[in-house]
Amino acid sequence: MKHWTIIALFPLAASLGLARTCHADEFNRVLTDQSTLTFSFKQMGVGLEGYFKKFAASLNFDPDRIDSARASVDVDLASIDTGYSEGDDEVAGKSWFNTKAYPSAHFASSRFKSLGAGRFEVAGLLTIKGRTQPVTPTATLTLRGNDASLDGVFVIKRADFSIGEGPWADFGTVANEVQIKFHIVATRGK
Amino acid sequence: MKRYTRTAISLHWLMTVVIVGTFSLGLYMADLPLSPEKLKFFSWHKWAGVTLFLLAIARLTWRMTHRPPELPEHMSPHEQRMARAAHGLLYVLMFAVPLTGWLTSSAKGFQTVLFGVLPLPDLLSKNKALGDLLETVHWGLNMALAVLVIGHLAAALKHHFVDRDDVLTRMLPGHGKH
Repeated sequence: MKHWTIIALFPLAASLGLARTCHADEFNRVLTDQSTLTFSFKQMGVGLEGYFKKFAASLNFDPDRIDSARASVDVDLASIDTGYSEGDDEVAGKSWFNTKAYPSAHFASSRFKSLGAGRFEVAGLLTIKGRTQPVTPTATLTLRGNDASLDGVFVIKRADFSIGEGPWADFGTVANEVQIKFHIVATRGK
Repeated sequence: MKRYTRTAISLHWLMTVVIVGTFSLGLYMADLPLSPEKLKFFSWHKWAGVTLFLLAIARLTWRMTHRPPELPEHMSPHEQRMARAAHGLLYVLMFAVPLTGWLTSSAKGFQTVLFGVLPLPDLLSKNKALGDLLETVHWGLNMALAVLVIGHLAAALKHHFVDRDDVLTRMLPGHGKH
């Protein structure tokens, strides 16, 4: 609000100040404790949900300079909560994530594209278990005071990343499609 | 010789088969290591349990609208009371066992989707401690049911071979009245 008052009162000074305001408007500090990363899938036709307790995200996001926006996320796969401890132990094992050899999943954006109305397409590469696949989730931006949240849902196929091998490779019990839902909250200024 | 109705006989033996199968599967699957088979067994067990619950409703409705044959006159009032109590408890467990199974599943965060297509409402929200407690209750009620069923079988055989009355034969299939 303050900036706009200044712009109205001092148009000259504003033209200089605006460039600086743009930099200051960049959301670049991810508030991990307010951000969530959940997933859902079907098992024997039953919808189940889980989440990752630990992940690190970095963001450089200025809604007005979308071309230079960047995002990356590192997920500690062993921090998974599938909803039951037997499941958590199982997915850490070799046929699922093999967390000893591949402790984290990584996403790096390559390009943000505005779809209008606060929606963005985020093209990037997702690496899990040593396999890399392109993904293009759509994120919706919500501004709240000094914070911005990026929310989105996208679907990956677990077989593309060899998640669930051997006896689990059959999709009859655990479906191939896994829906990933992210809620990343970031604030301005480092 | 007064018999049970054909419907009562059919429900009795159909439930016998499904109860024994579901009970055995439950005992077998409980301690298996996690595998796709285990997930399938749990689903099948839950589908069978829901089916038994529905059968129990049909059976209780039939029983309340169709008077069963009287107990044999040679039974003492005490024996008759015991028999009625045992049958009453069997009916209670026919409902309580599947119901606690359903609640256990809900509390553990696994919705029941009948035959993989019809989602049933979760009666409880996810709560691990409650889920573990309900699992124990479900197990305990099953053990009580097993004891009662064995007693029920032993009593039927005693009536047939010792008392030589019609208590067993009037529940056997093939000769039921309409």
